[in-house]
Amino acid sequence: MNINSRMDAGTLCVGVEGRLDTMTAPELEAALGRDMPAAEQLVLDFSKLDYISSAGLRVLLAAHKTMSRKGGMKVIHVNEIVKEVFDVTGFSDILTVE
Amino acid sequence: MKQLTLEAKLEKINELMAFVDAGLEEMGCGMKAQMQIDVAVDEIFSNIAQYAYPDRAGSATVTMEEEDGAVVLTFTDDGIPYDPLQAAEPDVSLGADERPIGGLGIFLVRKTMDEVRYAYRDGQNVLSIRKKIR
Repeated sequence: MNINSRMDAGTLCVGVEGRLDTMTAPELEAALGRDMPAAEQLVLDFSKLDYISSAGLRVLLAAHKTMSRKGGMKVIHVNEIVKEVFDVTGFSDILTVE
Repeated sequence: MKQLTLEAKLEKINELMAFVDAGLEEMGCGMKAQMQIDVAVDEIFSNIAQYAYPDRAGSATVTMEEEDGAVVLTFTDDGIPYDPLQAAEPDVSLGADERPIGGLGIFLVRKTMDEVRYAYRDGQNVLSIRKKIR
């Protein structure tokens, strides 16, 4: 998995590439934990994400909770496989997915 | 039938995933089914690695075979008896603040695989998943 983070006028944009699963979710959690305090909004770009497991969902839920006390979080460019995971787990209703 | 035995440790997931992906590619599995199977393997093996052997080291054996256009993966361990199919389904209608951490993994497996079976046999947990690959 590769993580590309950049901050632009208070918006933290994080591109996640590859597989977000048990082994890689802690890396995303650490990257977000480091950069989120300075961010007003969070955008997660999943255009290069292959799939997400429940370990990845837990990281998203925690980030969503943190950011909902600030300017919010959205997830963009979600592929069909990731979208289906969001749908069956009810995450489509919790997260802002574009 | 292909078979792999691994130490039940999280860091073995990559080795297991390479075994599963190589087998699926040989079978001509479609990309979407492969990604869903990979997620299921991640959920099941990480459960075994984290919970099956609370006070000792242990192993897990994974077998893989093709059957009528479907792949069947079976996970066997001799850790504490645990039937994940008896776990309560999470309430997926809850909002972010009411969501409990955990419980989603096996739920995802049940939603994305065609069949999930559990048996406790000869002192072993035997969990198998079946998914159409074409």
